Amino acid sequence: MKHVDEYRDGDLARGVARRIAAETRPDRAYRFMEFCGGHTHAISRYGIDDLLPENLRMIHGPGCPVCVLPMGRIDDAIALARRPEVTLCTYADLMRVPASGGASLMKARAEGADIRMVYSTLDALEIARNAPQREVVFFAIGFETTTPPTATAIRLAQREGLENFSVFCNHVLTPAAIDAILRSGETVVDGFIGPAHVSTIIGARPYARFAQEFGKPVVIAGFEPLDVAQAILMLLRQANEGRSEVENEYIRAVTQDGNRKAQAEVDEIFELRESFEWRGLGEIPDSALRLRPAYAAFDAERRFAMQPCAARDNPACECGAILRGVKHPRDCKLFGRGCTPQTPMGACMVSSEGSCAAFWSYGRFREKAVS
Amino acid sequence: MSRKLDIRNGRVDLSHGSGGRAMAQLITELFHTAFDNDWLRAGNDQSAFDAPSGRMVMTTDSYVVSPLFFPGGDIGALAVNGTVNDLVMAGARPLYLSAGFIVEEGLPLADLDRVARSMGAASRAAKTPIITGDTKVVERGKADGVFITTAGVGVVPPGIEISGDRAKPGDVVLLSGTIGDHGVAVMSKRQGLSFETDIVSDCAALHELVAAMVAAAGGAIHVMRDPTRGGLAATLNEIAGQSRVGVRLAEHAVPVRPQVAAACELLGLDPLFVANEGKLVAIVAPEAADTLLAAMRAHPLGAEAAMIGKIVADDRHFVQMTTAFGGERVIDWLTGEQLPRIC
Amino acid sequence: MCLAIPARVVELLDNDMARVDLDGVTKTISLALVEDVAANDYVVLHVGYALAKIDEAEAEKTLALLREAALIGGVA
Repeated sequence: MKHVDEYRDGDLARGVARRIAAETRPDRAYRFMEFCGGHTHAISRYGIDDLLPENLRMIHGPGCPVCVLPMGRIDDAIALARRPEVTLCTYADLMRVPASGGASLMKARAEGADIRMVYSTLDALEIARNAPQREVVFFAIGFETTTPPTATAIRLAQREGLENFSVFCNHVLTPAAIDAILRSGETVVDGFIGPAHVSTIIGARPYARFAQEFGKPVVIAGFEPLDVAQAILMLLRQANEGRSEVENEYIRAVTQDGNRKAQAEVDEIFELRESFEWRGLGEIPDSALRLRPAYAAFDAERRFAMQPCAARDNPACECGAILRGVKHPRDCKLFGRGCTPQTPMGACMVSSEGSCAAFWSYGRFREKAVS
Repeated sequence: MSRKLDIRNGRVDLSHGSGGRAMAQLITELFHTAFDNDWLRAGNDQSAFDAPSGRMVMTTDSYVVSPLFFPGGDIGALAVNGTVNDLVMAGARPLYLSAGFIVEEGLPLADLDRVARSMGAASRAAKTPIITGDTKVVERGKADGVFITTAGVGVVPPGIEISGDRAKPGDVVLLSGTIGDHGVAVMSKRQGLSFETDIVSDCAALHELVAAMVAAAGGAIHVMRDPTRGGLAATLNEIAGQSRVGVRLAEHAVPVRPQVAAACELLGLDPLFVANEGKLVAIVAPEAADTLLAAMRAHPLGAEAAMIGKIVADDRHFVQMTTAFGGERVIDWLTGEQLPRIC
Repeated sequence: MCLAIPARVVELLDNDMARVDLDGVTKTISLALVEDVAANDYVVLHVGYALAKIDEAEAEKTLALLREAALIGGVA
């Protein structure tokens, strides 16, 4: 695969790893956070940790939209899907996320709810066109990468006069989350790897304030393991040289301004929510989107007069601290005892890019203690 | 004389399962014609055969795949080949099959006929006749077109002891060919995942491939299994647990077709967890590995056979892989079916 | 997050759609979020939409940087 395989080259990897080892100063520790769950997945899947020196550690950030979705929102979606007239369309990632009382979309479907897994909002539109008697609701999640496809679907639905299509919107924003982490003061990070595909949309510019205000370097990295390795090298150099700038490793797809057309599409349809609850991070202002009043007909929350349910997490669940990069999965009492990929108790375990699932799948063999 | 079954335009209805004339007609005109052997034509509820000498094996399986027809195969070929493969994974020579059908009311007879003919062809290719069967019809909505349950019997040659608990540290792991083909072929026809590809299912009976391996160095084969549902990852995890050992793989050695890799990238799937229907994993004594690999490669169904790893002592029974990138990862056993992802 | 993969545009279709190819797997996707895409361009594909065009020149620069880093690092 062009533009993919070149960035998975093992020989180049070993070379970059040697460079990283050579430039890592022995007298200090480095802690870099990869914000994006896709990067967490890449680090695990390729075993990038194995190529890094002992005193350079990657901390997994909260950039996993499945992980930060509060349980209450899944409860809301299940309630919607249980209405006999509703066909709920969802990305497959959400099917197994635990909701209150051990429920899930997967289980709700087994109990008879009309829940369909789709690859694209285009598929949800097609379902709506083919079943005019059904109320088709798209369960929208994701950061800035995934929001434009939802916006386009709403625009197309309006243009076609589709009256049975709506969106349950849970789109969230990356800079707001990075902000929350830095302001909390808890997480000690020396720099961030910026998300790949969020950045194709929003550009490199929005990260400038983290570099300036908090003095933290940000390197935007592509999705492939060599991209991540190169970005780590660039962060290392910034840390060593005392710089805090925004650098872009993913120049083949990310520009300063990002994708203006996609930004405009999103801006037309969505507006900021004053506040939104993030699992593990609590309420964050200006961190999420909802449909503008002009598009109220497509807003499932208004259309179905949804009453939001707040749901409490298991008090022993450390997903929050883990998402903030403050604790490690092995620090959670439930990890491996009750909370496993088979029986996930929190989203960090159910999503394959959540820290706990990643550690379970890819990291456990390095440690003796955990079963 | 009653009218012949209208295979072209007719549909299965409840009378075809009720034990009366309609059912007898369905069995004779559709199933007996497709399976074509004297056991069935005798028309008894059971079929007799002489017991072979030696150790016998028996297996049973159910097939519920949807869609019924996919690139490279169909539920019928899957049923025959899958059952034959379960037998030959013990190193056995397959002898006979049975086939039970639960058919959904409303299924076009043309589809049922196509499935049956496919089974007939597969059973002849594997020289394993379907000698007895059963048919039931359930109401519309209670089956996905048709469900097929099979049983098979075979006989194991002397000197062969193949079992999931026999892998030993030092053994070599052999894989007969590319992984992920079947799962991707079926997925490409599923609703909501529309992508076009030339990938066809690898659905095939492995009796000849296994016979060649047994002839080459049967006594050195400790474990054999076909990595169906759950993929190579599930199979290796099962074996690691049964044999109480660890498995160490090399990613670069595991053959995957570029198109399969691409489809998996598109959907966020890992080929290690995708089903195969014409492949086997063999865990063999190291001194016979080269001989067995050569025997596999000499057969068309093993042309891309590869040495993909080895067995080690490991009381956590982990399956670990060195990635092409140079790092290490654990290949876990998935909870349920692998789902596509956007994240 | 945001699983996205580079795919080659094979054919432009009506209504802002296109057919793309990824090593022999083809798919019909939306170009509604991008501009000036032509056949043989590579796009970043996410949930059925092209999000950006891949800049071949910049890609070459990145690979050159990687090779340079690897060389100084002492690849045999």
